[in-house]
This record gives sequence, structure tokens and C-alpha cells, in this order.
Amino acid sequence: MPTDVRFRSLVPADASPRGEPMVTLFFDGRALQAPAGCSVAAALLANGVSTFRTTPVSGAPRAPYCMMGACFDCLVEIDGQPNRQSCLVAVAEGMQVKTQAGLRSFDGAGTVIAEEAAHVE
Amino acid sequence: MSNERCDIAIVGAGPAGMSAAIAAARLGASVVVLDEQRGAGGQIYRAITDAPARRVDLLGPDYAAGRSLAEAFAASGARHLTNAAVWQVTPEGAVHYLRDGATFTLQAERVVLCAGAMERPFPIPGWTLPGVFTAGAAQILLKSADVVPVEPVVLAGCGPLLYLLGWQYVRAGVPIRALVDTTSMEDYRRALPRLGGALAGWRYLKKGLSLMRALKRAGVPFHTGAENLAAEGREGQDGVAALRFTAGGKAHCIETSTLLLHHGVVPNTQFTWSLRARHTWDDAQLCWRPKADAWGALDVPGIHVAGDGLGIGGALAAARQGELAALGAMHGLGRITTGERDKLAAPLRAALREHLRIRPFLDALYRPKKANRIPADDVIVCRCEEVAAGDIRHFVALGCDGPNQAKAFGRCGMGPCQGRQCGLTVTELIADARGVTPAEVGYYRIRPPIKPISLGELAGAE
Repeated sequence: MPTDVRFRSLVPADASPRGEPMVTLFFDGRALQAPAGCSVAAALLANGVSTFRTTPVSGAPRAPYCMMGACFDCLVEIDGQPNRQSCLVAVAEGMQVKTQAGLRSFDGAGTVIAEEAAHVE
Repeated sequence: MSNERCDIAIVGAGPAGMSAAIAAARLGASVVVLDEQRGAGGQIYRAITDAPARRVDLLGPDYAAGRSLAEAFAASGARHLTNAAVWQVTPEGAVHYLRDGATFTLQAERVVLCAGAMERPFPIPGWTLPGVFTAGAAQILLKSADVVPVEPVVLAGCGPLLYLLGWQYVRAGVPIRALVDTTSMEDYRRALPRLGGALAGWRYLKKGLSLMRALKRAGVPFHTGAENLAAEGREGQDGVAALRFTAGGKAHCIETSTLLLHHGVVPNTQFTWSLRARHTWDDAQLCWRPKADAWGALDVPGIHVAGDGLGIGGALAAARQGELAALGAMHGLGRITTGERDKLAAPLRAALREHLRIRPFLDALYRPKKANRIPADDVIVCRCEEVAAGDIRHFVALGCDGPNQAKAFGRCGMGPCQGRQCGLTVTELIADARGVTPAEVGYYRIRPPIKPISLGELAGAE
């Protein structure tokens, strides 16, 4: 086992926890296996991903902190849409997940406006 | 995109939400429950509906107790919208939510907010390093995905959840390098008089002590009265590498790649603030509570709150509060008489009192330390915009007198989490720097959308 893998499943790889099929998703092009229904964040952690993104301000590395949708530190790009909370999105077959470096991109309909809209006086 | 209507909309399917739904549906209401997760349970009973027996056994009896509640909820006739992220609740009872990439609106006669609790921010040096999680996060990984740390972990802080997680890890065979407890003997001396004579309180204390005994029997090293906590990275490495602290007059440095922090949970008040409901500062629990009457009704007509969102009381209290809110809402709709309401409420109130009896003791014993709430200048407070405590103190020196001004001074609280992770810290920090009460300083002005929604999703709404 590579030393950078910090999490593991209590259940053997050939038996998914809920008896559900394993799905294949991709993180920065690398194929990963995870049980259907598992969150993207849990799937990445169990597959040895320890840094999910870098911050827009200083470029510092970040990874999930709360796993319940409150901290927004687990943000990644999922199927082309940036700023997705990976702890709240379930894995899906063929899903393309990418690390998010610094500022999210502003192109296309995927632009997330929550913080801007939320603070306009 | 249809505009669905119902009598009662409930936001959150934890113990409060499920119990409110069961009670309201039993009285004949049309009920819709919206929740972000794929199954009912909230965080406390996370994934309870499809957890295999092996996992339920590992997590223990308090988790297993959620199963009968979830089954009663499933059989209640209430409509359960899973994977639904509510991004706005209006004072008129419109519930806007996002599901499968599309926006919908539900129009309800009454709304019961059961948004529960979230972990209290734990701003210490290095708390933003990858590999530093809340204990709640680690428990969610265990409950929802059977995922546990590989290398020995360090648990740091205080409170029932921290010890429960430790106990669950011991049972799961997860190695624990140390439990670094911020609770001191002085805390026990201060808290014990608040235990009172109630049997329920002693039972609770006994349960807590038996968890601790199990951890000690398993050989988990304990450090009590820990201060000056700091997570450290290592040159050329992204994540956390060690926890430094002092305890018993000695400096310690314990290596770990997974540090789990916890010092209590606090009400999730995003909805109630966004509704402009009145809040009061609770100095015993060091958090905001929305002002509500005995039925959880806010000063915003037609909107109720139940469960930990009202103030931390735990799962059993939350369930009773959910039922009381349902009774209040049904009475408000003229569907039950005052006599019926009060008769049904009497046993619920008695049970609620019993469940809350332990709180003054727990609040005193596990009162989070000031240094872990109001940190030193170089500690990051706003994780999103990377604003440090010293920046905030500097803003105060320049005339910034509250959290909203801190946004203008340095973007504090303006990142994607919308102040969830820094709000309490910023309130307390400014109050401390100004020498006034948190109540005087106030909180961020929270505005919808309170969940991220894209322009495309918004444009698709009716």
C-alpha cells in the first residue's frame, strides 16, 4: 500500500458496503473505483487523494474539513462544472472530477454565483 | 418546474424533521420533507436506512436507535424529496430548492426548519492543512462509506462526539495515537454542581465515563488539560504532519497525518438569519439561537424551527421539538384545537425537559476554551478568504465594529461558505477586541441563495 493513502475502506474492495456495484470515476484523468452511492469526497479520500484544490488567495492546498456541506473546502470540478461540493455529490459511472487550482473559471453556464449574489447589498 | 403546494414543508430529515413529519402527517397534513442527503437520518443517523447490520453494530446503540424513527418516517405518508438542496425559504412560505440540476419551488402554508447543527469552528494554527478534519467529518466517512484512516490518528478537543468516535474507532480497529483532551480537572469541578439530582443526568455521565474507560482499556494514550494546540505541516509536504500542545506543564509534539478536531456543535442558523428572524446570544452554549416560542415559531409568521437549530439539545430532544413544532403548525392552520394541541404536547414537554436536563452540565464541562475560539493574530479565521485573527483586530482598530463591516474591510466571510466557518469566531473576536458582548456585535447579514446555484440553474427556474 502506498504510504500516501491515508484512508481505507473497512470492507474488502470486491464487496461494496451496501452490496451495490462499484463505479469507475476519474480524478485528473486517473481511474478510481468507488461503491455507488458513496460521495465523491469519500471516494477520493479512499483512493489516496489528499489534496483536493488550492485556494484562490494564497494557493494553499486544501482538502475536506467537515464532510457535511458547511466548509466548502472540498470544492472540485465535476463534469466541467467548477465549485462543486464533493462531499454532497454521489459518484457516478464515468464521472470526470478535476482538482480546482486557485480561482474558479468564469466561462460558461457553470459559473457559481452563490457568494456574489449572497452579498450584493 | 411545477409549483407544488403542501400544508407543511420541512427542511431537513434528521431526528427533528422526521419526527415533525410523522406528527403532522398523522394529524392529516400534506407534508413534504426536503433534505440534501440521499436518505433520511440527518448527520446523527446518517445512512441509517441502508446501513448493513455490521456497521450499525459497530456504530453502537445510539445510532441504531435511528432505524425505528426512519422506518416510522418512511411509513408516515410524508413525501420525502432526497438530494434536494434548499437555497431559499421566504417569509411567505416559498421553499426554493435545487434537485438534479434544476430549480423548483414548493409553496407551503407552514415551514418547519430542521437544519440541525454543524461543528463549531476550531481555529488553531494549521487547521486548514489537508488531513485536519472535524471529528464529525470522520464519523460521516464511517457512517456513509465505511471509510477510516489508515495511519494512527490524533483526536483533539473535547465533548461526547470526540469520545464516541474514539470508541467507534477502537471497535473498528483504527489505531489511535493519542486523545488530546482540552478538558481539565477545573472544568469537572465547575461542571459537577450542575449535574443536579436527576437520574437521567447521572445515567448520561455514566455512559460517557464508560466510553472513556473503554478507550483507556484499549491503550489509547490520554492527555488532559491540553492547551496551545497547533497543527503543523512538514516542508515539501501538503498535509498535516504533527500536533503540538502543552499539557501537564510539558510541551508535546505528536506525529500524525490525520488530525480530528472537535469541541462541540452549534446551531445551523443560515436559514433563520436569512429570514431576518431575531436571534439571541447564548452565553452558556456560546452561539446564536433564533428566538422562538414554545412551538418553535419564529417572529416570522408561519415559520417554525425544531431541533439543534434552536440550540443544542441532542437527537432525542430534537425529535420531541419536531413533534411540538408540528402541533404548533397544525394549530396555526386551524387543523387542531388549542385543547387538542396542548393535550398532545404535555407528554412531549415532559420528555423534552428530561432530555435537556443534562445540558447545563455538558455545556459547562465541555465549554470550548477561549484560546480555541478567539485565536492569536497569525491564525486563519476565514478559511475561504484566508483572513487571519490579526487582520480582524486590525480592522477593529481602524473602526470596524461588526462582522458585516469586516466583509468590507477585508472580504472576511465573503467566500463560498458564506460565513458558516468563521461567523461565530468573527463575532467573538470583534466583541473581545472591542470589549463588548457578542450580542452587541451581531452577526453577518445572510442572504439567499444560501446554497451554491449556477446562473444556468437559476435561469431554468420559473
